Amino acid sequence: MLAYILRRILQSVIVMLVVALVAFSLFRFVGDPVSTLVGQEVTIAERETLRDQLGLNDPFPMQFASFIARAAQADFGISYRLQQPVMELILARLPATLELALVSGLFAFFFGVTLGVYTALNRRGWTSSAIMTVSLIGVSLPTFLIGVLLIWVFAVELQWLPSFGRGEVVDLGWWRTGLLTPSGRASLVLPAITLGLYQLTLIMRLVRAEMLEVLRADYIKFARARGLSNRAVHFSHALKNTMVPVITITGLQLGSIIAFSIITETVFQWPGVGALFINSVRTVDVPVMAAYLMLIALIFVVINLIVDLLYFAIDPRLRIDRSAVRH
Amino acid sequence: MAGFDNREISMSVASHFFAPTRLRTASLMAGAALALVLSSVSVDAETLRWARVGDALTLDPHAQNEGPTHTLNHHIYETLVGRAIDGSLVPRLATDWYIDEADDTVWVFEIRQGVTFHEGQQLTAEDVAFSLDRARTTPSGMAALHAAVQEVTTDGDYTVRVRMAGPAPLYVQNLTNTFIMSREWAEQNAVETSQNFAAGEENYAVRNTNGTGPYRMVERDPEVRTVLRVFEDHWDDAPEVTEIIYTPITEAATRVAALLSGEVDLVQDVPVQDIARLEQTDGVRVVRGPENRNIFFSYDMTSEQLASASVDDNPFAKPEVREAMALAIDRDAIRQVVMRGESQPSAAPLPPFVNGWTEEMHAYGAPDQDRARALMAEAGYESGFSVDLHCPNDRYLNDEGICLALVGMLGQIGMDVNLVSQSRTLHFPLIENWETDFYLLGWGVPTFDSQYVFDFLVHSRGGAYGAFNGSRYSNPELDAKIEALATMTDLDARDALIAEIWDEVMEERIFLNVHNQVLAYAMRDGINLAVHPENQPRMTEVSFD
Repeated sequence: MLAYILRRILQSVIVMLVVALVAFSLFRFVGDPVSTLVGQEVTIAERETLRDQLGLNDPFPMQFASFIARAAQADFGISYRLQQPVMELILARLPATLELALVSGLFAFFFGVTLGVYTALNRRGWTSSAIMTVSLIGVSLPTFLIGVLLIWVFAVELQWLPSFGRGEVVDLGWWRTGLLTPSGRASLVLPAITLGLYQLTLIMRLVRAEMLEVLRADYIKFARARGLSNRAVHFSHALKNTMVPVITITGLQLGSIIAFSIITETVFQWPGVGALFINSVRTVDVPVMAAYLMLIALIFVVINLIVDLLYFAIDPRLRIDRSAVRH
Repeated sequence: MAGFDNREISMSVASHFFAPTRLRTASLMAGAALALVLSSVSVDAETLRWARVGDALTLDPHAQNEGPTHTLNHHIYETLVGRAIDGSLVPRLATDWYIDEADDTVWVFEIRQGVTFHEGQQLTAEDVAFSLDRARTTPSGMAALHAAVQEVTTDGDYTVRVRMAGPAPLYVQNLTNTFIMSREWAEQNAVETSQNFAAGEENYAVRNTNGTGPYRMVERDPEVRTVLRVFEDHWDDAPEVTEIIYTPITEAATRVAALLSGEVDLVQDVPVQDIARLEQTDGVRVVRGPENRNIFFSYDMTSEQLASASVDDNPFAKPEVREAMALAIDRDAIRQVVMRGESQPSAAPLPPFVNGWTEEMHAYGAPDQDRARALMAEAGYESGFSVDLHCPNDRYLNDEGICLALVGMLGQIGMDVNLVSQSRTLHFPLIENWETDFYLLGWGVPTFDSQYVFDFLVHSRGGAYGAFNGSRYSNPELDAKIEALATMTDLDARDALIAEIWDEVMEERIFLNVHNQVLAYAMRDGINLAVHPENQPRMTEVSFD
């Protein structure tokens, strides 16, 4: 068990290093940060001096080595654009992104499972067909378009919900939450739906397919033969057995919800790390871009690590196989 | 990077989905629901909710020479002189300014008396001298505007004397964005110099302020929300707006939606494609005005050979080709189709309120393709040639669209133009490093004087000159004239020399100018605010009906 964990952790570190290398090499093609840092009056010689000071003229391996050395101590330097420490900037914005991701993840999970079960049980109803058709739209429409449409309907036409921002936030010292104020909760609705819609359809289709599969299984037939109620058959036996892959996928999707909240955050002016990243890309704010990509890589790596360890804990076959090999 | 830029373009297309005219009925029906949900943003007659595309980068008054940063800081800090709507200078912290009669290299500023900072310090000449020194010392972003200053001294409590390297008749024009801080406050908080990018540390003045301005900062959450409240002890008349809530909204469609849904009162950066529609909307007012920024093309007219051309020589070096291009461009078509009528086409790259601008320079002829083709043949390019055109796609209003339009127009006269459109972070270094043969550039004139254009775009490159002279144009005679402008104190003779230089620049066709950009602000009905020529609206100017 211990050797397995250690091996997985070592692999994770290698993945992080590769991400850092790829990210860092990409920054060379994003453009020149100095041209956005200084005004148009600044002379070419002064620009060159600033480039030297920022270490942009150093050879690539040197830049990369000093970046890794500092990143290992969680020091990502200071933002070129906002002139604040990068870690501070990211930590200040992370709660907004995590709250949005969590709420949209729960939204997607709850409605995805409910609709998935419903469409599996009522396969021939016209409501199910309608839900399946609408879900196709959820998969195929680009996020920004969904966001803009929601703003148009609910903010501009109906004026029920705010079109941008996070509303009033409550500062808990280490975490700024929008969940405790009415305006904060109202602001969360549209972005959460926009961000979660794709996951919702994904989960719904997965639950439906799994349910249909399971409902054909022998033990369901035996359960029915035993005279169990429909309710017990559907929820205690069928649904329970479809949930393993669903939970796995949902967990993994949480990582991508966080990582791909960029577009949703931009459309709704949501003050999270995704919007910070986009603004940093526009001005070639390399320290922020680097830290953000490392953070996202870390989230994915950690989630994968946890999922792997959970498999190990949950699935007895994994353990038996390994002990068999050892003997 | 292309991926992100494409997304931006498609998003601006998405803003067409808003149909503001339907707002009327919907807003009546949803009145009750609105009151419940949006109660926290209900409109107070004295609160102004102001949205624009980006936030101030820093509150340090001298760290960045950048528009949105100055715009916000103008509410908190003050300058010696201000810029009025017509472009003229008005007194602010200086009540009077003049060149010393005894010594024409010295500027004298009489400082306003009875001015207090937000934290209670009295403004004296010491603070002004300290601020000017802070602004001209590296790593300040304002240093280039004060390069000619040699020494700043005080003469009593309310007079400041600025000694220049030589006569500098226009120095005062450089002061409209140089803010005055309290020396005592700066020393207490160890911010005697401005924020240094390379130092790797944050400066206290980046997020904390102590100015003399009409508003004081009460809340600052960078890129989310900044709240300013009126400063009761301000020396000037109290403004009608007593509270400003400033929120950056990056996405054009969301920005417009926030105005339509009543969540903001004023939108400063209105997308060109939404102007006409917003004007048709009940409850929304749009004001327009010329911006201090010209959009033009320029080309390498000096090198022996072009890097990207299909011919061995440099076609742009031939006057016939440059004239043919001037005859091929249809500025009115660009205005109608690309800019949706929102631009001021002109032949000279100079905004109309800048010193040196004339009606004749502004005038442009009708396109004449036959003549243009004849000129191309005369220059020896009957079968045309191909060349790359570099264009930014995230810097100016519809910049990529303008370039695309030009590609088509030049195609008509046999030029096969290959458009390379990319982010500004990739585009500007090409001009800086002379790596482009043919490019689009926009230029503003913060000093409101032609010399600024000549210094950066016409003078041959070297030292403080010619940083954006991508045409590689070099004319020692013209250089000498441009240098002379800096120290001429006889303003009539100086204006004559400016006209002379412009004649030569236009004759040589160093620039293929397209238009001057037009700015538009959208606001809810009942608010009055004029477009500021530097795009730095002051909320003190806002009045309510």
